[in-house]
Amino acid sequence: MKLKPYKRELSASLAYAALLIVVAIIAPSFFSVTNLRDLALNNAPVLLVAIGMTMVILVAQIDISVGSQFAVATVAAGVLAKAGVPIPLLLPSIVLIGALMGAVNGVLIGKLRLPSIIVTLAMLVAWRDALRWTTGGEWVQNLPANFQWFGLGQSLGQWLIVIISVVLLVVFSWALRNLAAGRAIYAVGSDAEAARLAGIEPATFTAWVFALLGALVGLAALLNAVRFSTVPSNAGLGLELKAIAAVVVGGTAITGGRGTLIGTLIGVALLGTIGTALTFVGINPFWEKAIQGTIILAALASDFVLGQELFLTQRRSGAAAEKAS
Amino acid sequence: MRKVLLRATNVDKSYAGVHALNRASFELHAGEVHALIGENGAGKSTLIKIITGAVLPDAGEIQLDGKTIAQNSPRLAKQLGIAAIYQQPALFPELSIAENIAIGLEDSSVFSRVDWRGRKRRASQLLARIGARIDPDAEAGDLTMPQQQLVEIARALGAEAKILIMDEPTASLSEEDTQNLFAVIRQLRDEGVGIVYISHRLEELPLIADRVTVMRDGRTIDTRLMSEVNRQQLIQLMVGRELSAVFPKKSVQLGEVVLELRGLGCSTSGIHDVNMSVRAGEIVGLAGVVGGGRTELARIIFGLTPADRGEIVLKGERINIRSAGQAIECGIAYVPEDRRRHGVILDLPISANITLASLDRFRRLAAIDFRREREAAADYTRKLGIKTPAIHAAVATLSGGNQQKVALSRWLLTKPAVLILDEPTQGIDVGAKSEVHALMTELAAQGMAILMISSELPEILGMSDRVAVMCGGTIVSTLDRAEATQEKILALALGHHV
Repeated sequence: MKLKPYKRELSASLAYAALLIVVAIIAPSFFSVTNLRDLALNNAPVLLVAIGMTMVILVAQIDISVGSQFAVATVAAGVLAKAGVPIPLLLPSIVLIGALMGAVNGVLIGKLRLPSIIVTLAMLVAWRDALRWTTGGEWVQNLPANFQWFGLGQSLGQWLIVIISVVLLVVFSWALRNLAAGRAIYAVGSDAEAARLAGIEPATFTAWVFALLGALVGLAALLNAVRFSTVPSNAGLGLELKAIAAVVVGGTAITGGRGTLIGTLIGVALLGTIGTALTFVGINPFWEKAIQGTIILAALASDFVLGQELFLTQRRSGAAAEKAS
Repeated sequence: MRKVLLRATNVDKSYAGVHALNRASFELHAGEVHALIGENGAGKSTLIKIITGAVLPDAGEIQLDGKTIAQNSPRLAKQLGIAAIYQQPALFPELSIAENIAIGLEDSSVFSRVDWRGRKRRASQLLARIGARIDPDAEAGDLTMPQQQLVEIARALGAEAKILIMDEPTASLSEEDTQNLFAVIRQLRDEGVGIVYISHRLEELPLIADRVTVMRDGRTIDTRLMSEVNRQQLIQLMVGRELSAVFPKKSVQLGEVVLELRGLGCSTSGIHDVNMSVRAGEIVGLAGVVGGGRTELARIIFGLTPADRGEIVLKGERINIRSAGQAIECGIAYVPEDRRRHGVILDLPISANITLASLDRFRRLAAIDFRREREAAADYTRKLGIKTPAIHAAVATLSGGNQQKVALSRWLLTKPAVLILDEPTQGIDVGAKSEVHALMTELAAQGMAILMISSELPEILGMSDRVAVMCGGTIVSTLDRAEATQEKILALALGHHV
């Protein structure tokens, strides 16, 4: 009974467990510490973006401009570092730049009530092409020595990235459940007008959630950038698809109001593992996208089936409650 | 003896163990209006769905004109001349009236040419038959709710319906529109159509119904001639027990003026020059026809469409309310009309719904204190008699009456000084209704100032200390309990001077 609301999270983690078992049998070398750490490292930025994306989808909106925001934040990180901004200042600056980009979406969508799919489609093109025009497609090179791994050395730097991501996942997960603001997010996504009548301003919460997503995108971009010695100008291509797919596979309803960050974590893990797992199992990695697509469809299909079942149980318990009268 | 059009015999239907219909039997004559009543969950909807072919019965028989319908389906039922009109009109808002009427009537394939002129002519004829003055070229979305209902009736006529099922057709109609609808129904009846009429408004049944069948717990309890039963008997049949008083109104010692409106107006919602006051312990009924401005006035007081003229005075202090959040802080609560859509949040648990407007008070440090939230929710669930298996269940699992009690709990928890109730008992069953009325009485006794919007005149008369009548966006008159009558209120609401 208590597990029922978490059905999707459960089925996604079962699918993930099945995948890990198959890999364990065919290619046990997959479970080496190095490989797992690389896997976590590669997926940490996606996880950060997916945390923000979960909240945006919970308020029944969408943001497809995160890939372009990611690219802008990445280049900004390189440029600022090269200009001599010290590391302790670099982190908040990039997070702020991300938050501002997100806030632009948030104000247009929340306050002006423009449709999020169109606003963020415009931003996807606008940020990407503005960046291309400014950089001329050139990468930022000759970065100061303390840029890579924040000057902490590879091993420590790698752990730092993974730890920051996990800590933020825990913090946001707790906040969504335990803070009044978290509950407001669910209320707005479930029924914006009803939320307004309960004294919650949907416009404000929608705007903030987009700004938060932007901040997380900025952070993700910085943590990703410090892994390399040069900064590319075309980072984050396809990031929006990865993040949205992970959120949906993790059980968040695309119509808003329902979903958890634990589900999103499982979604990121499931979709992120498949590529590497294929290589280990000896299947052509060209299959990766096709298999990911299949998983997304399976997740949506199971939504449909579970949705019907949920509908029936609701009617049943509703009728039972009436009978009791 | 009249001709029997439709006969349902010993119909049984279970949904996953719940007996929705238990050997129900029902008979409809040609040329009669047959009321079907019962509390929510009594089985009315299921019976209707079986007649219209939307669901198949587990056992029992449906006969039309003496012939058994074997495999009923919505398509077959339509061909046999069974039409249903639901509470919310089901028209396509972007299409014209003529097109809406044509859909489902024309037997066309994808490539057949549209006879636009024929469509329009037929729509005009059908609308004229029921005396509706509606332009067939108008878009359905631009029509008022009563006009849309008339279009649906015209469509049913076009399909040559022999049986017309109407589910709560007057639920959102004003008195005037209700009278117009009744005239149309009587005309159809006289033409030999059999009409099944479902309603929660028992007081309107003597005006329109010839016979009445009462359902309870999936059974058809009794069928009577309408002229031979009174309201009290019907209620007894429905609930299976005697209700002490229909309106448990108690006289309360009135206190200070809590809410005062002075020359209040808002140009965007067409409200102007509203003057009124509500005292502690007082229930002021806000009567009027749809479009009179009652809900609009409530939305101004609650800050949803802020006023641009006049002032709101709360406990002697002038306040400026620009949002619902501010109104809540000031101690004003608003339980909206149309609870299914906006009064509660269906996806959220009962407990979260109850605390949603007062979460500030359930904080420990920054976080929500789940233990206190559970206690408060359990407390109100018990006090208001909300029937639920668990307080962490989603509100969507509750019946209408229980959802309304959750909405009420949310606002009582904010400990408001002023409680605005918009159609508090619309579409909920008789039992829940009298519980809500008892609760209102108790709240007034505790000193709350209550403003109640209602389209049911008996409710207005039964519950109010004073009745403010709205017409054309302002309060035209305020009547004392003693001097208020249905006739006076109706005349004022329709713009006549008394």
